[in-house]
Amino acid sequence: MLKLDNVSTFYGKIQALHHVSLEINRGEILTLIGANGAGKTTLMMTICGTPRAQSGHIVFDGRPIQQMKTSDIMRQGLAVVPEGRHIFSAMTVEENLLMGSFFRSRNEAAAQLDHVLTLFPRLKERFNQRGGTMSGGEQQMLAIGRALMSQPRLLLLDEPSLGLAPLVIQQIFEIIERLREEGVTIFLVEQNAHQALRIADRGYVLENGSIVMSGSGDALLNDDNVRKAYLGG
Amino acid sequence: MTETSLYVLQQLINGLTIGSTYALIAIGYTMVYGIIGMINFAHGEVYMIGTYTAFITIIGLFTMGVSSLPVVLLLALMTAIIISSTYGYAIERVAYRPLRGGPRLIPLITAIGMSIFLQNYIRLAQGSRDLAMPALISGGIEFGDPDVFEVSLSWMQLIIWGVTLASMTALALFISRSRLGRACRACAQDLKMANLLGIDTNRIIALTFVIGAALAAIAGVMLGLYYGTINPYIGFMAGLKAFTAAVLGGIGSIPGAMLGGLILGITEAMTAAFFPSEYKDVVAFSLLVLILLFRPTGLLGKPEVEKV
Ligand SMILES: Nc1ncnc2c1ncn2[C@@H]1O[C@H](COP(=O)(O)OP(=O)(O)OP(=O)(O)O)[C@@H](O)[C@H]1O
Ligand SMILES: [Mg+2]
Repeated sequence: MLKLDNVSTFYGKIQALHHVSLEINRGEILTLIGANGAGKTTLMMTICGTPRAQSGHIVFDGRPIQQMKTSDIMRQGLAVVPEGRHIFSAMTVEENLLMGSFFRSRNEAAAQLDHVLTLFPRLKERFNQRGGTMSGGEQQMLAIGRALMSQPRLLLLDEPSLGLAPLVIQQIFEIIERLREEGVTIFLVEQNAHQALRIADRGYVLENGSIVMSGSGDALLNDDNVRKAYLGG
Repeated sequence: MTETSLYVLQQLINGLTIGSTYALIAIGYTMVYGIIGMINFAHGEVYMIGTYTAFITIIGLFTMGVSSLPVVLLLALMTAIIISSTYGYAIERVAYRPLRGGPRLIPLITAIGMSIFLQNYIRLAQGSRDLAMPALISGGIEFGDPDVFEVSLSWMQLIIWGVTLASMTALALFISRSRLGRACRACAQDLKMANLLGIDTNRIIALTFVIGAALAAIAGVMLGLYYGTINPYIGFMAGLKAFTAAVLGGIGSIPGAMLGGLILGITEAMTAAFFPSEYKDVVAFSLLVLILLFRPTGLLGKPEVEKV
């Protein structure tokens, strides 16, 4: 569904991604794990076109996207929940959600809004509340709901569990599995490697901007090196 | 009523009139700042171009024998809006967009250059002398005490209030209710995130320039008719005042620009009422300094949110 081939990304002169190749298959949950500063966010944002890949190819559903404008890439059927959520804090929950379906027709947006609100009943309760006044967990749900409003086939999630209580993390992971059942392909970046690998079909390990390992979720969970580096032994 | 209170009432009317036009121009500064964090110093010139467009349209219509007041006024407004918006759009496209993403100082300097360029371009094209704007609308109502002091409220002033109120209402509805207005707000809050939601942020930025220019053009037509003379330099002072109003109200805030404009206009008129009128600019800018000392973000501005 999405294929990165030999992608390198730079911040000025600093190279953040080194010849990364990676493939996401339709219907799976793919996870990317790695330490702080490994380049996980960079990889995810490179798919979105900010920053732009300096070399290599990114193909989504058979279409090369690495030269497209970010706004055009985001209209191809993928959506992102970025690191730090980035909800519009002065806008209401409703307005935040509607921004997610900006380029969809009014009818599509209305239908998808119903769907998102059944996935996240909490957002329905808070429909007219300002995004900035909600709790961290609610904001994360809003960020995911907003991304879903464009009816993406591929959802990119950057550390959705960051800074949340265990119970809320549980809910978020349940939602992710449910989305997969609905047919949404998931690309999940996590530092919470244990939980991520448990629900993932496959995973990649990123170190210093390079992919150093890949395999099924179970294989990585049981790999000695992965256990030592990311699962606390 | 005493003479003083009638006199104050008169100045209030005058101040509200000028303040309305400051508010209209200030919107352009505040919206552009709100979305890309730059001061568009060429905005005053966009206002001036609107005034010249209205002048040319009115003279043109008169020579063609069109003299129906509503028709002339409406056409003058329409052409001014169209021409100024085109300039606003073109300035952003040609002079600012290519510089986006670079150091913040550079577009600022470009804006000053753009302002000087436009001023001189109009000076060359139209001459630098004062032109007399035809008095389209004269007369008004007078009230108060004929023996003490007569307060006059001209039709032109009433029209300026009405047009300002209508424009501001339209803007407020657009920003708060429409899909594009919502996108404008989203972009002002988090441009990068808006982009990640598939919004072509360059087009929204262009839209804010066009809206600001259109409102400045409306102010240009109104003030041109109100004062009766125009020259290529009127954009400088009007722009400076409107910028002051925007900062006073809290730059980035649309209600702030409206409030700032009115406060500035009324302050100026009140100063002119009791002191030699040369003092009005001194007082206006002192007011700005004072407010910024005690409220650095302006009256309705929010503290700059740290953008990560
Ligand atoms: N805008 C930027 N400008 C310059 N360097 C950057 C920028 N963003 C990230 N980097 C650098 O690129 C490298 C990868 O950063 P990135 O944010 O992708 O890591 P990450 O794996 O997402 O880390 P974390 O787990 O902490 O979120 C880091 O060394 C970082 O300092
Ligand atoms: Mg990261």
